[in-house]
Amino acid sequence: MSALGNIIKKEIKELLTPATILPIVILALIYGTMGSSIAGIQEQSQEPPIIGVIDEDDSTFSTNVVNILNESAKVMFNSSSVFDKQKGLEELKQKNGVALIVIPSNFTENILNKQSGQIEIYWIMKGAGVLDTISSNLVDFLITDINTNISLELIQENSSTNATNATFILSPTKRVETTYLKDREIPGLSPTVIMSMLSSQSIMTPIIMMMIIIMSGGIVITSMALEKENKTLETLLTLPVKRTSIVTGKIVAAATIGLILAVIYMIGMNNYFQGFGVSQSGINLADYGLVLSSPQEFLLVGISLFVTLIAGLALCMLLGTFAKNFKSAQTLTFPIVALAMIPMFITMFADYDTLPMGLKIFTFAIPFSHPMMATRALLFGDYLMVIAGIIYVSIFAIIIIAVVVWVFKTDRIITGTTKFSLNKIFKKKKLSK
Amino acid sequence: MIAVEVKNLVKHYGKVQAVRGISFSIDKGEIFGLIGPNGAGKTTALRIISTLLTLTDGSINVMGFNLEKKPEEVRKIMSYLPEDAGAYKNLTGEGYLEFIANFFNPKTVRNMVAKGVQIADLGERINDKVDTYSKGMKRRLLVGRALMTDPRLAILDEPTSGLDVNNAQEVRNIIKSTAKKGTTVLLSSHNMLEVEYMCDRIALIDEGLIVEKGRPIDLMKKYNAKNIEEVFMKVVKK
Repeated sequence: MSALGNIIKKEIKELLTPATILPIVILALIYGTMGSSIAGIQEQSQEPPIIGVIDEDDSTFSTNVVNILNESAKVMFNSSSVFDKQKGLEELKQKNGVALIVIPSNFTENILNKQSGQIEIYWIMKGAGVLDTISSNLVDFLITDINTNISLELIQENSSTNATNATFILSPTKRVETTYLKDREIPGLSPTVIMSMLSSQSIMTPIIMMMIIIMSGGIVITSMALEKENKTLETLLTLPVKRTSIVTGKIVAAATIGLILAVIYMIGMNNYFQGFGVSQSGINLADYGLVLSSPQEFLLVGISLFVTLIAGLALCMLLGTFAKNFKSAQTLTFPIVALAMIPMFITMFADYDTLPMGLKIFTFAIPFSHPMMATRALLFGDYLMVIAGIIYVSIFAIIIIAVVVWVFKTDRIITGTTKFSLNKIFKKKKLSK
Repeated sequence: MIAVEVKNLVKHYGKVQAVRGISFSIDKGEIFGLIGPNGAGKTTALRIISTLLTLTDGSINVMGFNLEKKPEEVRKIMSYLPEDAGAYKNLTGEGYLEFIANFFNPKTVRNMVAKGVQIADLGERINDKVDTYSKGMKRRLLVGRALMTDPRLAILDEPTSGLDVNNAQEVRNIIKSTAKKGTTVLLSSHNMLEVEYMCDRIALIDEGLIVEKGRPIDLMKKYNAKNIEEVFMKVVKK
């Protein structure tokens, strides 16, 4: 074998260890499962949208509108009276409907009088994720299509008269929109506008959160790795100090750094929300209750972040016990990054409430999901979700800390392997007999 | 008075039997050496006695404390110096000694650090960061750390490892004088001459078993050997 081949062989042998491959295989499996779940949501969303129509006008143009809607959407609720609006909304909510479209009685008459015909759209928005607005986008296209169709008719009718008002003909209809999002009525805003306003939060919050977890997690894993690499751990473990004190000391120190990062994050987030109070389009999200405002809400986000940090650090500490040196510590941060990235992507693209049950359980089980979901949950008054998350993550943290303390009491911390041997237990029992 | 009593100590790492049932006792103030080649089981035995590893079978008593039941009590009266131990690189030599002393009685911290500084004998360099120390300087700092607490039992794994002749001799003298003041010393070494010079009694260990034990002078007489190295070779070849 050539010298080059010899080196390549040795390097591959050294680098291609189960510790390197296993996290990637697990990650690939997780992303695969996640991808097929999201594809499922996408397929579901790309089916014809379910809508309801109330045609009070029942005249030339309104009939055209209804025909277009019937051709391209599943019209599950029909009525000719606006008094059925509430009934229609309830029915559509049950049938996973996207919107109730109301055509008022003067629709055709207004258009014929060269006044914009009003189309009232009552949007039913299930979540504020990117994937949640696919169906409403389809209805949005249909309304644009309706406008174009009426324009064409008006152009054909008026082509000979030269009495055409171009602005009116190009836009003969006018939308009046109201969105119902998680039991909240938001007049004047469409799901697309709401989603775009919330999307910046949906993207920024998980990214900042993930950065904090990665940074402080790295501190703990590296600290454990350096203790082993610099051969200081053996001395520390023979000193008159309890294992729990060593574990707690390391976690608390890293958590303090994490807390400082969290405070910086909270200050930044507060300013961020204030900046979004008035958006470029002149929409004040605070008027719709779409910004965190009360100190209690910020406190809950802070608590959620802190307990998640503790849980994350305990998990890092557990992984750190596997680290043999600084180099291997770098690989061990990978599962933490993966665990933080999964909920980050999920919360960016979909709303927790609209996820399939399996994905919901999976997302809830990942501790890092909770601070990422907390902000949006609080915006819509879902305090239970945030508090349940804090309780779950706290229990998770306590269990992991207990496991770490147990590992510190075993040989694993020194030898790198633990033999949880049933034989040993049986042997002890035999001896005691 | 017996300071350490090891009875039928067994340690398995999975299928590997590192220690296969060794027994010995050490008297108070005695320097006892575990001698043997690499992989004989010396470090494993020392790690178990220093509460780092659990034992598979057997029993150990240190100053009247059962090691399995009262490891915290044993840690209070014992000091362990691992063969390849390190110190926190970002601390100064004195800072490191202070960090360790803080785990003991707060009233004695100052005296402990002063004693550690004296044993380490690094001069002004004690105020430099550990990261800048040579291997020998680090080892002296660690010996200082191990002995500054006035332990009732000092477990020293290759205490002169990495030291030059002068430094090694100095460390040997420190260990001897420490034992004279009442500290019981259990040490391991590859260096048979060092053992012969320092130890009151020794145990020769090979493949996890004690193959011979006694006073160096008695063993040399028994095997008609000039030194312990020769004794070891004769015992192992038997």
